Amino acid sequence: MTLIDLANPTRFLALTARLLPWLAAATIILLAIGLYQSANAPDDYQQGATVKIMFIHVPNAWLSMFVWGVMSIASLGTLVWRHPLADVAAKAAAPIGASFTFLALLTGSLWGRPMWGAYWEWDARLTSVLILFLMYLGLMALWRAVDDPSRAARAAAVLTLVGAINLPIIKFSVDWWNTLHQPASVMRMGGATLDKSFLIPLLVMAIAFTLLFVTLHLAAMRNEILRRRVRSLQMMQASQVAFSSEVGTGSREENATKEVGAA
Amino acid sequence: MTALAALIRRDMRIALRVGGGALIGVLFFLTVVVLMPFAVGPDLALLSRLGPAILWLGALLASLLTLDRLFMADHEDGSLDLITMSRTPLELACAAKALAHWLAAGLPLIVATPVLGLLLNLDMVATGAVALTLLAGTPALTFTGMIGAALAVTLHRGGLLMAVLVLPLSIPVLIFGVAASQAVIVGPMNFGAPFSILCALSLVSLVVGPFAAAASLRQGLD
Repeated sequence: MTLIDLANPTRFLALTARLLPWLAAATIILLAIGLYQSANAPDDYQQGATVKIMFIHVPNAWLSMFVWGVMSIASLGTLVWRHPLADVAAKAAAPIGASFTFLALLTGSLWGRPMWGAYWEWDARLTSVLILFLMYLGLMALWRAVDDPSRAARAAAVLTLVGAINLPIIKFSVDWWNTLHQPASVMRMGGATLDKSFLIPLLVMAIAFTLLFVTLHLAAMRNEILRRRVRSLQMMQASQVAFSSEVGTGSREENATKEVGAA
Repeated sequence: MTALAALIRRDMRIALRVGGGALIGVLFFLTVVVLMPFAVGPDLALLSRLGPAILWLGALLASLLTLDRLFMADHEDGSLDLITMSRTPLELACAAKALAHWLAAGLPLIVATPVLGLLLNLDMVATGAVALTLLAGTPALTFTGMIGAALAVTLHRGGLLMAVLVLPLSIPVLIFGVAASQAVIVGPMNFGAPFSILCALSLVSLVVGPFAAAASLRQGLD
C-alpha cells in the first residue's frame, strides 16, 4: 500500500472506515491517561497549580505548527504530484489547525494573566503565533471564496507554502529575540531541561493531541470527499431536471446554481 | 534581458500615464496621514511620537491599494497570457513587473515622506530615518504583495480577499520598519539590527515572491 494507491477515494474511504474506530479509541485512552497524569503532576514551586495549563497549552502550540507542516506537505502533493487527495487533506486540515492555534493562544493568555499580569503581550512568539492564526483564517477565507475546488486548491497550496516560512520564525523566535516567553525546554540541543515529573505527562499529552489531530483530520477528509460526491450528484441531478423540463439554456444554468446554493 | 527591460519600461509608462493610477497611491498616503491628526488629536508631541508608525501604516495601506493593478489590467487585455507564454522565464517577468510597480508606485511614497513628515512634526533626522527604512522595506511589501495579486487574478477575486491574504505576510516588515525608525528617534536601541533584518526581509521576498507568483499564475491561468 503506497501513497498513490490512496488516490482512489473509494479505497481511501474503505481504509479509513476501518482505521478510524481504533484511532479514536487510542486517542481517548491516551487523553485520559495524559489528563490523569497531568492532574496528578506536582505543583511548580513558583507557579503553583497554574503550571498545569502547560499540559494543554504546549501540545496545542506544537500542533498549530505541525498542522501547517502537514498542510505544506499536502500542498507539495497538490502542486508537484497532483495527488487527488492532497487538496482534500489540505482543505480539511485548515480549520483543525486554526482551532489548535486558537486554543494555544487562549490557554497561553489564561496562563499569562496570573504569571505576567497581562492577558496579552506583544512578544515575538505570541505575535508570530497570532500571525499564524491570521494566516489560517486567510487560507480558510480563500477556500470559501472560490467555488471551483481544484482552482482553490492550487491557489491555497501556493499560499500555504509561502506561509510555511513563518514556522521556523515561530520555533526560533524565543532564541533569536530575548522575549518574555520562556525559551524551548523540551526540543533543544543537549536534551530537555524539564523535570521528569512534568516531562512524561507532557509527552503523553503531546502524543494524545497528535492522535486527536490524525483522527479529526481523517474524519474531516472523509466528510470532504463525501461532500464533493454529494455536490457532483446534485449537479448531475440539477442538469437532468433542467434537460427534461425543456426550459431554455439560460434558466438551466440558473437552476444548477440554485441547487448547489441550496445545498 | 532586452525583453525584461522592455517589460519594465512598458509597465512604468502604463502606470504613470493617464489611467495608470500609480500616483493615486501617493494621494491615498497623504489622505491617511492627514486623517490621523483628526483621530488622535492635533497634539504635536504625540504626533511626532506616533509619526513613524503613522507613515509606515500609510505606506503599507497605499502599497496594498495599488497592488490590485499589478496583474489585473494585463489579465483583462490578454497581455498576461502573452507574458506567460513568452520565452522569458515567468519568474523573471514577474520580478520585472514587480520592480516596475515599485518604481512607479513605491518610490513616489518615499519621495512624499519628507513632506508628510512636516505635517507630523518630525525633525530632519526622524524623517530621514523613516524614508530610509521605507526605502529598504517597501520592496518587501511589493514583492510579497505580488503573491496576493497573482492569487487574486487567478481567482478573479480582488479587493478584500487579497488584503486578508497579504497583510499577515507584511506584519514582520511593519514591525522591523517601525522598530528601526524608532531606534533612530528615541534612541537607546541599536539601529543596525532591525534595519539589517528589514533588508533581509526585502531580499527574501525578492527571491520568494517571483517564484510563488509565477507558480500561482502558471497553475491558475488555464
